[in-house]
Amino acid sequence: MTEFTPWLSLLGGSLIGVAAVLLMAFHGRIAGMTGILSGLVPPFSNDWGWRAAFLAGAIAAPALIMMIDGSAIPFESPTPAPWLVAGGMIVGAGVYFGSGCTSGHGVCGMARVSPRSIVATIVFMTSTAVTVFVVRHLVGGL
Amino acid sequence: MIRVLSALVIGLVFGSGIALSGMANPAKVFNFFDFAGAWDPSLAFVMGGALAVTAIGYAVVLKREAPVLDRRFHLPTGRDLDFPLIAGSAIFGIGWGITGFCPGGAIPALGLGHGEAWLFVGSMTGGIALARLARHSLASRATTKAV
Repeated sequence: MTEFTPWLSLLGGSLIGVAAVLLMAFHGRIAGMTGILSGLVPPFSNDWGWRAAFLAGAIAAPALIMMIDGSAIPFESPTPAPWLVAGGMIVGAGVYFGSGCTSGHGVCGMARVSPRSIVATIVFMTSTAVTVFVVRHLVGGL
Repeated sequence: MIRVLSALVIGLVFGSGIALSGMANPAKVFNFFDFAGAWDPSLAFVMGGALAVTAIGYAVVLKREAPVLDRRFHLPTGRDLDFPLIAGSAIFGIGWGITGFCPGGAIPALGLGHGEAWLFVGSMTGGIALARLARHSLASRATTKAV
């Protein structure tokens, strides 16, 4: 069980939106984690500086929140290590060929009403729901 | 230098949003997609909030000639609903459904200090590198054939 957190999730989602708008306003870039990360995989893109800085900020933020707030942010990953490795490779290949993930297509692309992003988001949301159903209810967990 | 500092601050805002929203917590992601089980609709509020703010903000920002720290906006221009887009997105969903991690959720999760996120992100980065190698070797083979 996880607790239903509508207000905290709405606040978090709004902050994600604020970050997406700021990245467009200042850098002219889509706040898609796939695109930003891909430029940091060899061969590195020339503009790796801002990409590395964005990632560093994104990683530091939860640590800072926990330091200030003094309590842990809920985290539970029930997936066994071999499946994390396999699933990680699958996600990496999928978002590379699909040109984006939840942040790039699901938030930024949908906000621009991009047909590619709308289709991509429908496809990966459906595929994820089907996978979760198969793993949890047909297989009975990994 | 100003670009790096600005990206760092914007990254902090993004990571805070992900962490507070619950997107960095695989258990919460699983429960959002588990309509047949312990359904937790929280992540619909994440998407809703993020989309509303971004749609309004983009409408204002994209009226400008250029962003503050660059000469132009870097916007994707493709409009084809091609095979890589659809197959890639379907494959991404399988991985997201297995692990509960998407790229935007997993990167901030690194800052929570759990090994699982590091294992996932390392594998995901390897997956991106391999996919890029595969695409480039396919592309170069196609070019050789065309010659």
